[in-house]
Amino acid sequence: MDHISYESDVLIIGAGGAGLRAAIAVSEKDPKLKISIISKVYPMRSHTVSAEGGAAAVIKDNDSLDDHAYDTISGGDWMTDQDAVEIFVREAPKEMIRLEHWGCPWSRQKDGKVAVRPFGGMKKKRTWFAADKTGFHMLHTLFQTSLKYSQIQRFDEWFVTRLLVDDGRCQGAVALEISTGQIAAIKAKSVIICSGGAGKVFPFTTNANIKTGDGMAIAYRAGVPLKDMEFVQYHPTGLPFTGILITEACRAEGGHLLNKNGYRYLQDYDLGKPEPRPVLRSMELGPRDRLSQAFVQEREKGQTLEGPYGDYVHLDLRHLGKKIINEKLPFVRELCLKYENIDPIKEMIPVRPVVHYMMGGIDTDIHGATALSGLFAAGECACVSINGANRLGSNSLTELLVFGARAGESAANFALNQNGSSKGLDFLYKNELKRLNKQFLNRTGGTEKIVDIRKAMHHVMENGAGIYRTEVALSDAQNEIQELKSKFKNLRISDTSKTFNTELVGSLELSCLLDIAESVIQSALFRKESRGSHQRSDFKNRDDANYLSHSLAYRNKNGAPEIKYQPVAITKWPPGERIYGK
Amino acid sequence: MTNTTKSSGKSYKKEMPILWWTRRTSHIIFVMRELTSLGVAYFAIILLLLIGAISQGEESYYEFIKLMKSPILIWLSIISLLGLIFHSVTWFNLAPKAMVVKFGKYRIPGIVIMLSNYAGWIVISIIVGRFLLY
Amino acid sequence: MADKITLEVFRYRPDDNSEPSFQKYMIPLQRDWVILDALNYIKDHIDGTLSYRWSCRMGICGSCGMMVNEKPVLTCAAFLENLIPGPVRIEPLENFPVVRDLVIDMRDFLEKLKRVKPWIIREQEDPAIEEYKQTPDQLADFKQYSMCINCMLCYSACPVYGLEPEFTGPAVIALAQRYNMDNRDHGNSARMDALSDESGMWQCTFIGDCSKVCPKKVDPAGAIQRYKVHGANTWWKNLLLPWAKDK
Repeated sequence: MDHISYESDVLIIGAGGAGLRAAIAVSEKDPKLKISIISKVYPMRSHTVSAEGGAAAVIKDNDSLDDHAYDTISGGDWMTDQDAVEIFVREAPKEMIRLEHWGCPWSRQKDGKVAVRPFGGMKKKRTWFAADKTGFHMLHTLFQTSLKYSQIQRFDEWFVTRLLVDDGRCQGAVALEISTGQIAAIKAKSVIICSGGAGKVFPFTTNANIKTGDGMAIAYRAGVPLKDMEFVQYHPTGLPFTGILITEACRAEGGHLLNKNGYRYLQDYDLGKPEPRPVLRSMELGPRDRLSQAFVQEREKGQTLEGPYGDYVHLDLRHLGKKIINEKLPFVRELCLKYENIDPIKEMIPVRPVVHYMMGGIDTDIHGATALSGLFAAGECACVSINGANRLGSNSLTELLVFGARAGESAANFALNQNGSSKGLDFLYKNELKRLNKQFLNRTGGTEKIVDIRKAMHHVMENGAGIYRTEVALSDAQNEIQELKSKFKNLRISDTSKTFNTELVGSLELSCLLDIAESVIQSALFRKESRGSHQRSDFKNRDDANYLSHSLAYRNKNGAPEIKYQPVAITKWPPGERIYGK
Repeated sequence: MTNTTKSSGKSYKKEMPILWWTRRTSHIIFVMRELTSLGVAYFAIILLLLIGAISQGEESYYEFIKLMKSPILIWLSIISLLGLIFHSVTWFNLAPKAMVVKFGKYRIPGIVIMLSNYAGWIVISIIVGRFLLY
Repeated sequence: MADKITLEVFRYRPDDNSEPSFQKYMIPLQRDWVILDALNYIKDHIDGTLSYRWSCRMGICGSCGMMVNEKPVLTCAAFLENLIPGPVRIEPLENFPVVRDLVIDMRDFLEKLKRVKPWIIREQEDPAIEEYKQTPDQLADFKQYSMCINCMLCYSACPVYGLEPEFTGPAVIALAQRYNMDNRDHGNSARMDALSDESGMWQCTFIGDCSKVCPKKVDPAGAIQRYKVHGANTWWKNLLLPWAKDK
């Protein structure tokens, strides 16, 4: 087998919003730095593209950085690191304006200034939006702007299988070129992982097929801890069969959630009183975790509707009228018409909570640096943490920019202070070649089907680590995941082709998903309290005395997660109660 | 140069068949529109021959007119005329795509642009017709 | 309603030196399935070796374009129900080299995209203190062209691109127009060369199929024709008023 290697200064894994922003930051830091971006899909296919609602940053006079920080911290149920949040809200407006200067088609006020809309859990209107395709426009703006820099070399449709760690620092990665099956070492002085989340460990998710936690898994396998993995955000309004997201903007514009009796049931769950017009931080504009939990309780009371793809409630937009729906929510209407055969102008939309976002991820500091020297991370795959136990809607797109840029800058600085790579890399590369050949490329026999393991994993996660969790269910889930991991060793790969072998890619992804699933379950099992998106039926209250700390899942020698804790950074907002609807 | 790093593997490229344009109505219409250029060329040649004939005096002019009255050439002229009308119609129907006219904030609707093209066509035809007939 | 439907899927596997062929798969017919769900069913349950691209399943990532019964469509947005009784023929997007099965090689597009400088061009970028002003009407001038998801359906529908692969093509020209018509951009003349050379807009013969197949109503055909008008105007302007500068 040929030995192929490429050299660069900064290697970025993932070409979504965070990865592209990081690449631009490195380019700007020093034009001499050679940048490689590896992505398993073309940049414009990255999941940033699916984000609909908007991106939060303080820009209006009636708003303040402290307000944004407080909404973020209370929204995160005080699991957010407040030093990180302070930096985040401070740098957010500048980042958003830069994106505007690069051409992002933000929706505007009549006077030509950027328009903002309200969003769940926010006291003030501060969400910038590009109609309801904000992520799409941000991603394409970043991608097209990145084309300006000739020092950015892209590896489109390459799949990273392992980090190259030698001499105590990360010096690149081994990657598979999907179109040819070649495996190459891509050496670099510093590496940034921006590979997105892992929603695909769950069955019902708004996440795209590519969200399989690969970057999280390779960092975890390289000894970097995954932080706060128990916090998984459910979005209260997804379409039942496809998991397609119906944006929060629907509710911000005045949409109502109704149970089977046509009743706005959120008023029964400490989320305020129904008003005809939307009220910030109240009712349908409460935070995502509380809305998703209200759905489950409503279902237990038998007040939800039953459909072929599980139980659901109704999102009613009809009273908004044709004009508002067409102007402010055109994509929502398009999605409903094309994928559910429903017209929201005339009909109610069936919705249910679906997995949307991983608050947890690769543990980083405020500079995007991980515990492994030379390795940085940003975006959904990382956990700084500004999202705490529940991410506030419209903070994640801004996070891509702020922490993508910061990680880019840090990685550039790191690369500028390094000389060449160490000798051991070639040995590590050859070892990885051997492993891939043995476990995946040249494997024969095997009886377990990818689809069976994947479906079983979905079942385990939904039952054991869903919206409400218990000790018993989590322990069972952990055992079942162990079984699936041993089944995985006996996987059958029927496709032996070197050319665009998607079955091979699927099996590599599945191995990552299983590691992530395990870390989610283990972190959830150890957190014996309820906080934000992590709700334990057997420990119903928040327990600041014991658990005001981040969980860190380390991979031990046997490949299983070991949980440690690290205190939450508190600067000026002592833990308080999360109050909505008042 | 591209920024993409990809080694070239083998790939398959389907050739366009010669009759590719017969598979879709829009392509047939397109090819017909292109073919009408032959009609334009035909009229241009006739016009040049006509001017040539006139310059050589009355006799050759009547000779030319006589020639033009032969059934084959009449049919050719009719076919060419129909082709050119077809070309004009398809072109005017497409005009709104190429012409975006705005009065301040107000964008003139496509149908108005299309109809004003037709109106211009008719007006010019009437003027030219009167000039020729009288 | 029938409960099964047959898919005839284009297969090409360069590794075994085989010629392209069609393979038939009989699959259960479900009311809410799109073509992509059917392909995923085949991949999971019948034949793991079938290769194709997909990701978001909501018509925004642009990965899953294919020829379905000879028409380029996003397979995540094409219901099987509308294709009863079948068989449904599924092929890779036309006019592109096929890497394998339903996967096409689209490097050519990315190269062309870069050539038209699809980014905001200004003498220098202002400091990030305040946004550039843009009224809703100015936004509306180019918004339509900014909706392109790079799904390649328009290239597949364009016989000019099929006959002359040099042609810059619909989506790239529309994206260049997206920046040309943005009031924040000053790069019109910087893009002119790439757009008006022999592989540029003049190649377009205005068949209009690109706009018909566009899933996002970008109307690349319109963008190209408008650019032709602009190109012609600029040519006259330069001839008559050589001292006047374009933006």
